[in-house]
Amino acid sequence: MLDFLTKPWPWYISGPIIGLTVPALLLLGNKSFGISSSLRHVCAMCVPAKIPFFQYDWKKEVWNLFFVGGIFLGGVIAAVFLANPLPVKIDPVLAQELAGYGITNFDSLIPTQIMNWEQLLTLKGFLLIVFGGFLVGFGTRYAGGCTSGHAIMGISNLQLPSLIATICFMIGGFVMSNWILPIILSL
Amino acid sequence: MNTQQTHQEDHTRRHLDAMCVNESAQAHPWYYNLKYMAVGIVFGIIFVKSEVISWFRIQEMFHLQSFHMYGIIGSAIMVGMLSIFLIKRFDIRTIHGEKVSIADKKFNKGQIYGGLLFGLGWGLTGACPGPLFAQIGIGATVVIITLLSAIAGTWVYGRFRDHLPH
Repeated sequence: MLDFLTKPWPWYISGPIIGLTVPALLLLGNKSFGISSSLRHVCAMCVPAKIPFFQYDWKKEVWNLFFVGGIFLGGVIAAVFLANPLPVKIDPVLAQELAGYGITNFDSLIPTQIMNWEQLLTLKGFLLIVFGGFLVGFGTRYAGGCTSGHAIMGISNLQLPSLIATICFMIGGFVMSNWILPIILSL
Repeated sequence: MNTQQTHQEDHTRRHLDAMCVNESAQAHPWYYNLKYMAVGIVFGIIFVKSEVISWFRIQEMFHLQSFHMYGIIGSAIMVGMLSIFLIKRFDIRTIHGEKVSIADKKFNKGQIYGGLLFGLGWGLTGACPGPLFAQIGIGATVVIITLLSAIAGTWVYGRFRDHLPH
């Protein structure tokens, strides 16, 4: 049992449980599943700066901050009690390609050789960590949602705008991963 | 200005981006929010254990080298869709007896421009907003910077919202 728990879980177990988040939040208190709005609530809470987009009663959305706080705690619990002792298994073709950019350590879920505090001050690290994060925050709010709000919640509720947004997420991801990221990783 | 009117304006404002509008009319003590934290904890554990938060898994997905992420997102949508269908079909209420309401999303060009920009960020950081929180949880402390930067991105969007095509 413990062996099963510490190994990576297959998609057909985790996917449906992630899907169950949708009815769980709806039935616990009429909340629509969405994560990127938490970033907006932080802005409204900490630096509203008289910007109309941040002038609303964020306290009414505080459940969302509890939810993302839970995701953080879930990460802590998984890492402390259910850690996978083996390196992350990845496709050999991808492993070989990444090795060409000096990424050879697969011990963590993130590429620690290019994402760490020292790398932050290099151009490559800055683009990956700071610029990437900026695009995530700017893009999700501009699109009105992220993978959870649009791809899972929106499509589940048969919303065409969410399908369009999800297709655009995928196009952006393919372009970055296949054509732009190789240039950044060679920096 | 009466309370009702203020309430309406507030709601309209939050409707702006068709997100974070699913406001329950009921007022509860703060600790009721702990149930959402519990859901978040389960969600976070799944995120880590199924490697959804893995930068490598995201690259595999965009290189079409693995079915894993497609299986997760696809089956999550299937389960979500069936759940919402059942909730609507049988008018299933919340645990507090309230009718479930889900806001429709209106199309605007932001879903295209913003979607493409977020896609670029997703391919770069290997994380959408949810995984950022879980990555920090597993001890990848530098991701705090990515998260702060995402908050800054959200703020800049809010600041220049009126000048952007929608």
